[in-house]
Amino acid sequence: MIKIENIRKSFGDVEVLKGMDFLFEQGKTNLIIGRSGAGKTVLLKILVGLFKPTEGKVWYDDRDFHAMDKDALRELRMEVGMLFQGNALFDSMTVEDNVKFPLDMFSTMSAKEKRSRVNDCLERVSLVGANDKYPSEISGGMQKRVGIARAIVYKPKYLFCDEPNSGLDPKTAITIDELIKDITVEQNITTVINTHDMNSVMEIGDNICFLDKGLIAWKGTRHEVMDSENQNLNDFIFASPFLQRLKEKAKK
Amino acid sequence: MKEGPFFHIGRYIMWHKTIYQKSGNFAMYYRETIRQMYDIGIGSLPIVFIISIFIGAVTAQQFYYQLEGTAIPTYYIGYIVRDMMIIELAATITCLVLAGKVGSNMAAEIGGMRQKEHIDAMEIMGVNTSSFLILPKILGAVVTIPILVCIAAIVGIVGGYLASVPTGLYTEFDYVKGLRSFFNQYYVIMMFVKAFVFAYIITTVSCYQGYFVKGGSVELGQASTRAVVLSCVLLLVADYIIAVLLTSG
Ligand SMILES: Nc1ncnc2c1ncn2[C@@H]1O[C@H](COP(=O)(O)OP(=O)(O)O)[C@@H](O)[C@H]1O
Ligand SMILES: [Mg+2]
Repeated sequence: MIKIENIRKSFGDVEVLKGMDFLFEQGKTNLIIGRSGAGKTVLLKILVGLFKPTEGKVWYDDRDFHAMDKDALRELRMEVGMLFQGNALFDSMTVEDNVKFPLDMFSTMSAKEKRSRVNDCLERVSLVGANDKYPSEISGGMQKRVGIARAIVYKPKYLFCDEPNSGLDPKTAITIDELIKDITVEQNITTVINTHDMNSVMEIGDNICFLDKGLIAWKGTRHEVMDSENQNLNDFIFASPFLQRLKEKAKK
Repeated sequence: MKEGPFFHIGRYIMWHKTIYQKSGNFAMYYRETIRQMYDIGIGSLPIVFIISIFIGAVTAQQFYYQLEGTAIPTYYIGYIVRDMMIIELAATITCLVLAGKVGSNMAAEIGGMRQKEHIDAMEIMGVNTSSFLILPKILGAVVTIPILVCIAAIVGIVGGYLASVPTGLYTEFDYVKGLRSFFNQYYVIMMFVKAFVFAYIITTVSCYQGYFVKGGSVELGQASTRAVVLSCVLLLVADYIIAVLLTSG
């Protein structure tokens, strides 16, 4: 579980986040949604500590993230995995070395144990046998899978994904969404996903917060989205005329 | 937010505290350091050879021309070439060239990692990236660059030989006699001090430019250029300071 309290963030004179409270639950896929530029990435970076909030608190279960000392923080880092929007795979390393990197860096496992852990993870994301390929040699969808494998190799308790299906075709996007959802449930992870993809909202939105004008304008689950009265949310989710017609039909 | 020179000087100095905090397994640092040594050391050998052979040759040729018809014996040329290479040219010229080659390379590599979020990804894994990405480069450079400089001095002296003895300016006996005259070991120590300091400047200044880069490919190009220009200028300033410190008193 991750809880944020009154998170504010300014860049210079511009306040991007204007006070946000939310609870990201364990074993669920928690979605942060909103238009491009709404502040999704900024909020995610605050959650993982790449940005410091101007005000407010982030709780990892009972740990106050921004009040932790170096050792505690290092410990927490081992419990966190992240999938980046651009994958951030190390392009001079093979798939196997990419996934193995966190283990190489910190674990005391033997080479054999590391290999078997890496292979388990690659199997989990359906990439068996891609060990020796380089990131530039595989498709966007496969790169995402490698990113996921790397994020879960240390068996994290918290998983963060920044727009996991941006740049993928709809079909691949859905499989990636499902993969993240399944892993979340299997391993009982607190997963936070940034997205502006309405398919994800409908399929894997266990908890949703909708960012608009620097505030959380709407909270709820995927089942509640349809009936939301929030006009901005409706405009965002049912952006195309086609979807609006569908919604009208569904209502009747 | 305007970031003036004092901002950068301050951040550069404060940054050193993080660089020397190792985080993660020793084996990874070791592997990375060896890779850097190979890249910097072996990778720079050809250019160092070519540059220093010509520097030595030109020095010999020039001084022969200057001293011709004076009362100074020709064997002084060997002595001049040797000391010029050891005291100044080997370290300074080699490092100026390496600032261009190694410095721009480091700035671009680290800057690229910053822009592609590799650094963020590592930070989230718990890696102290200032340390893991920079320290092996510093170690690699301060070990290999002094060796390269030493090689440059020797090759330069050979260059001086090649430019004068086979072309008949004077005899091998004269040149070698010059090489063996008035030798002062202290100059060799000075050469190594310079090489060490220059190596440190090139790596840290260039990595700084890459590590804190913002924006896109234009900014990355600028950072890379800045890395080279700044390294060269600071290197020459350091050269002067070392010369003053080590030759006074
Ligand atoms: N490092 C930064 N410095 C200044 N402004 C930033 C920075 N990062 C993001 N912003 C601003 O914050 C706002 C939200 O950005 P972001 O979180 O990336 O949006 P998105 O919801 O598309 O991920 C944007 O207006 C952006 O310009
Ligand atoms: Mg974003």
